[in-house]
Amino acid sequence: MTNLTLIQAVNQALQQEMKRDPTVMVLGEDVGKNGGVFRATEGLWQAFGDERVVDTPLAESGIVGVSLGLAVNGFKPVAEIQFDGFLAPAFDQVISHVGRIRNRSRGRFHAQLVIRVPYGGGIHAPEHHSESPETYFVHTPGIKVVIPSTPYDAKGLLLAAIRDPDPVLFFEPKKIYRAFRQEVPETDYTIPIGKARLVKQGHDITVIAWGAQVRTAEQAVVQAKVDADIIDLRTLSPLDTDTVINSVTKTGRCVIVQEAPKTCGLAAEVIARINERALLSLEAPVARVTGFDTVMPLSRLEDSYLPSPERVVKAIKKTMEF
Amino acid sequence: MPRKTLATFRVSSLSILDAAGKVDPNLDPKLPAKTLQQMYSLMVLARVFDDKAIALQRQGRIGTYAPVKGQEACQVPSALQLTKGDWLFPAFREAAATIAFGIPPERLLQYWGGDEQGSKCAADKNLFPVSIPVGSHMLHAVGASWAAKLRKEKAIALTYFGDGATSEGDFHEAMNFAGVFKTPTIFLCQNNQWAISVPRERQTAAASLAQKAIAYGIPGMQVDGNDMLAVYVATKEAIARARAGEGPTLIECFTYRIGDHTTSDDATRYRTNKEVASWKKKDPIDRVRTYLSANNMWDENQEKQLQLNTAAQLDKIVQAYETFPKPKINDMFDYLYAQPTQELVQQKQELTS
Repeated sequence: MTNLTLIQAVNQALQQEMKRDPTVMVLGEDVGKNGGVFRATEGLWQAFGDERVVDTPLAESGIVGVSLGLAVNGFKPVAEIQFDGFLAPAFDQVISHVGRIRNRSRGRFHAQLVIRVPYGGGIHAPEHHSESPETYFVHTPGIKVVIPSTPYDAKGLLLAAIRDPDPVLFFEPKKIYRAFRQEVPETDYTIPIGKARLVKQGHDITVIAWGAQVRTAEQAVVQAKVDADIIDLRTLSPLDTDTVINSVTKTGRCVIVQEAPKTCGLAAEVIARINERALLSLEAPVARVTGFDTVMPLSRLEDSYLPSPERVVKAIKKTMEF
Repeated sequence: MPRKTLATFRVSSLSILDAAGKVDPNLDPKLPAKTLQQMYSLMVLARVFDDKAIALQRQGRIGTYAPVKGQEACQVPSALQLTKGDWLFPAFREAAATIAFGIPPERLLQYWGGDEQGSKCAADKNLFPVSIPVGSHMLHAVGASWAAKLRKEKAIALTYFGDGATSEGDFHEAMNFAGVFKTPTIFLCQNNQWAISVPRERQTAAASLAQKAIAYGIPGMQVDGNDMLAVYVATKEAIARARAGEGPTLIECFTYRIGDHTTSDDATRYRTNKEVASWKKKDPIDRVRTYLSANNMWDENQEKQLQLNTAAQLDKIVQAYETFPKPKINDMFDYLYAQPTQELVQQKQELTS
């Protein structure tokens, strides 16, 4: 058992899985000798060599398209897209091919691959380096979307993602890459994809978040002095609806914290599912604290865009007092 | 520093069997009569299949179809040279290649007839499903052939695309990856002069598409795409290089799309009958028959027999297509994931209960 940061946990998962399974490959921009711009792949190239840890040309569509080809012919690529904003050039490959190949070949081919993406704001990065594009992929059939929020989960979920027979978009909240440490076992363990985590149990209200916003939710619950269920969704697709419904049925109140823009974000889908299955348990309208329908601002306005504990506290209070 | 020449390049083209059916004796690959007859027969089958598919679309028995007429010589001699374990990545106009690769033609009708089951090839055939988003599939060919190379297998990938695809970004990325990692990939561009209504001149200012290979550090050449022997030889050389670990090749087959872009298109809106007529004189099938007949490898009886056999085969193909079971509603839910999600199970239940 070692105390690791989230990025160290990602690195350990990659190290261990590459050692265990010779068909696992890592490919992307600067992932080799340089160990990735965030150092997620540090030491892999030295340990596994050029053929398994591949610095590719600077071409995101190429990285994902070629990964699909490798996957249908027996490899398990773990592709790194360097920053969230650079996922856009690969969007066509993900939605037109990666998410569809099992279906359109009626099971003859499938894509066992992981696309790792450092995502989200809060690190004062340049333009196109602070995006939260997860909803596009949740909306896309045939792929899974996973977002860890702790080092322990990062390792277990990444190992599960690499072993999952279906393609996984694995978003890593870069704001908390090194924000805190947690005990992470060196042993091999997985966390099931599709299961949310109950961060804390309470009775009065359900607060739902994912990625870096789990920390925001936790801080807000302390500040608001409420007895809350806090749910970290962990997997956005497929969504763990049962955990959400069980909690909301119990508490009757819910606030969802989402970093991405408001309109058509995942919070909207969670609210729709609560309406479908728990409407009569509600004591108040479900509230959401989200980013805005604006372009992600540059660093000086970034904190005004991101959900803050204060905004979440306000929503909690309003929901409690309704 | 003075100005100096860093590199000079040559772009070559190859033609062996001319439009009149005359072979260049210096370039003749001297293939066995049996091989020539097999390729000829497959091209004839592809041609009648194509006509039939259009007829079936007109009768409402299949949906939109993309005809291959005129491009048979680009596809049959190349796909026929693939062996067990090799991969074929078609675009969407590859009926002739698919048939030459050994896929039952009724599967093509099943796909164009609106059933994804048609894209499920047998376990011993590595045929990727048709790729409609232009140019996006070449990357998959690079990846699959790279995987074979990493495992030190001899398998290669052959991918077909058109002149329009060379304008797509993914063409660049695929050629570039293939060059950098020296993957055993054959890029076979069928320059049929038209991307729906946009002529080849609007795709690039370059004098040829073959020369695009130069920028990626890989061999590229142009061949007469209506010349079965030229395509055969160029592909054979490229496959040999790929299997020997010498990397990818771009082959530009200079050809012509005789038919409409698809059964939904009307090509008379953008090109002249005169142009089409001039290309019909360069028909890829007629010239082979002339050549074979003139060299005592084919006679009227054989031709008559082939026509009869092909017609009978075509009847069986259509019959096989029309007796496929209808797709089940379950099919649209059951192949999204290895295990269906809870949400999909519920949605399927909603639709079927």
